[in-house]
Amino acid sequence: MTFLGMPAGRGNLTGAPFPEAARTALKDAQLRRNLAKATTTIRAKRAGVVAELPDWAELRAAGAAIKDQVLADLDEHLVRFEEALTARGTTVHWARDADEANRVVTDLVLATGTEEVIKVKSMATAEIGLNEALAAVGVHAVETDLAELIVQLGNDRSSHILVPAIHRGRAEIREIFRRHMPGVDPDLTADPRALAEAARKHLRHKFLTVDVAVSGANFGIADTGSLVVVESEGNGRMCLTLPRTLISVVGIEKLLPSWRDLEVFLQLLPRSSTGERMNPYTSVWTGPTEGQTSHVVLVDNGRTATLADPDGRAALRCIRCSACLNSCPVYERTGGHAYGSTYPGPIGAVLSPQLTGVVENPTLPFASSLCGVCYDVCPVAIDIPSMLVHLRGRVTEAKRTTPESTAMRALAWVMSDARRWRRFTRLGKFGRTASRHVPLPGWSVARDVPRPPEETFRDWWEAR
Amino acid sequence: MSARDEVLARVRRAKGPDQPPPVPRDYRAAGTREVDLALFAERLRDYRARVRVVPADRVAETVAEALRERGARTVVAAPGTPPEWAPAAIRTPVGVADLERADAVVTGCRVAIAETGTIVLDHDAPDQGPRALTLVPDYHLVVVREEQVVAGVPDAVARLAGVRTQTWVSGPSATSDIELERVEGVHGPRTLEVVIASHMMGGTDRNDDSR
Repeated sequence: MTFLGMPAGRGNLTGAPFPEAARTALKDAQLRRNLAKATTTIRAKRAGVVAELPDWAELRAAGAAIKDQVLADLDEHLVRFEEALTARGTTVHWARDADEANRVVTDLVLATGTEEVIKVKSMATAEIGLNEALAAVGVHAVETDLAELIVQLGNDRSSHILVPAIHRGRAEIREIFRRHMPGVDPDLTADPRALAEAARKHLRHKFLTVDVAVSGANFGIADTGSLVVVESEGNGRMCLTLPRTLISVVGIEKLLPSWRDLEVFLQLLPRSSTGERMNPYTSVWTGPTEGQTSHVVLVDNGRTATLADPDGRAALRCIRCSACLNSCPVYERTGGHAYGSTYPGPIGAVLSPQLTGVVENPTLPFASSLCGVCYDVCPVAIDIPSMLVHLRGRVTEAKRTTPESTAMRALAWVMSDARRWRRFTRLGKFGRTASRHVPLPGWSVARDVPRPPEETFRDWWEAR
Repeated sequence: MSARDEVLARVRRAKGPDQPPPVPRDYRAAGTREVDLALFAERLRDYRARVRVVPADRVAETVAEALRERGARTVVAAPGTPPEWAPAAIRTPVGVADLERADAVVTGCRVAIAETGTIVLDHDAPDQGPRALTLVPDYHLVVVREEQVVAGVPDAVARLAGVRTQTWVSGPSATSDIELERVEGVHGPRTLEVVIASHMMGGTDRNDDSR
């Protein structure tokens, strides 16, 4: 199969196996309450604004088809995008994987002589572990999105694509600010207004003084070389506007063929994501603006490996709206950390194993009940349930000999012959003892192992 | 092989041989709907923007009134805005430090979307000015002329083709990051005031403030 052999992605895409990591979360009642409240609220908001559009189904079909068009001729779109960017004065860099992307960005940052950069929330930079890479060369990356700041100050990990600190309550956030935000008012209350105000004060000085910013992009327009960032707080606008150097890290799948395509995605994204008719701010820029120097780093990191699988490539349509997370019964109970990847929830369960190769993420395709609600809410119609089933098959293929597969093969041999089967079932007595002593890891954790009967049915039948 | 050539080679190896079906565009496209000015005002208010709908010949006095109510002393206006809007405003280019000290900024806009309550700024247009102008001060007053209002997102996208640097604004800066409770004004302007200049209103003297 063609998808074998395409180099895999690296970075923050793997963690502890899902069943293990989920167990911790399931014990945390506070976490489950926070998540249930948040996801219920946002689900209702999303449903309300989606219902306002009589042509939602048509927009969704168009969104899926546009992304498929991009993927079908991705090489041509990338070359056009690069040409448009270069013609306008942006320097374009390419990166095969996370390490290379980090190297490109750290070199660019070091060349400016700065020791601090400000960042717009970006899944791509979280995926490649850019902050850690910058820290390794002595550069501090300041997250400016409120939720990312909470996560960063708390030395924590993001647990949601859109609201990374969704697992934290206001009291916890106050504690994080009081302990880790330099110069914060010790009498800070847990009122969200007061907390947001503290973040505003803390970051204002950074916005006005730090001269290098790193962003991602929600969309790149191949025919114009425009980049689009969608946000709420204005921290994105601050980072994109005030620093003299802007470095944008963009996954190669983020392209749209033409300007007009935005008319579809600027309707699909805000409604699916925050449940708003439109997010407060969207910035569009085409080449270096108002005297800035601008760089774009185009990142593969497992995307071509994903593209190579015809049954999995639709995961690259994803616009990171997080509607699937907010609808998923599994996510609602385990939270994002259980997925061990930058990309949690249903989309993470199909995207992460494809970016890294299923061998590195074998439990994620099983982290789902296959209820299908993620597919229903996906604005670009990614059939996540079918893809999960497909990936489960790939996991099984990749791990041909497990204790389970050996047992199943032995059982198949026994069952293929009537005499053999009869002799086997008479082993019940032995089995009754064995089932108590033989560990069946992976089975007995989630299932009760049945006790074999004292007497087989056949023996009983013949003896009556 | 360079990273560029290698990534492109991988893409060529990975992509399928088949062309996907063409994009169905049977959603409501540009030019298919009437503009509803009342809906625009309502959607702006939903975002907690302040809205005043006035006849076109009353824009200047409405701007003055809004700035007076705000108590704005130092006002910056985009250089190309009509002088009669905020006659005392600074219209020369100002640095970020000065914008920090400004009480208010006044601009026009390029296009506005009724269905979503969105105002789009074209930063190459002299009456909208550079990006920092509408970002750093805490209060942004924007004048929207009725003919700039379109029905939906597709209409706006069509009008914005070729505009290099844009900011789409829907209400004041906001966050929902703490227990999903909406808080206005994290980093951008905490107050967005919109003066809609209407032709239809003729001589009616309607000062339509939301709060």
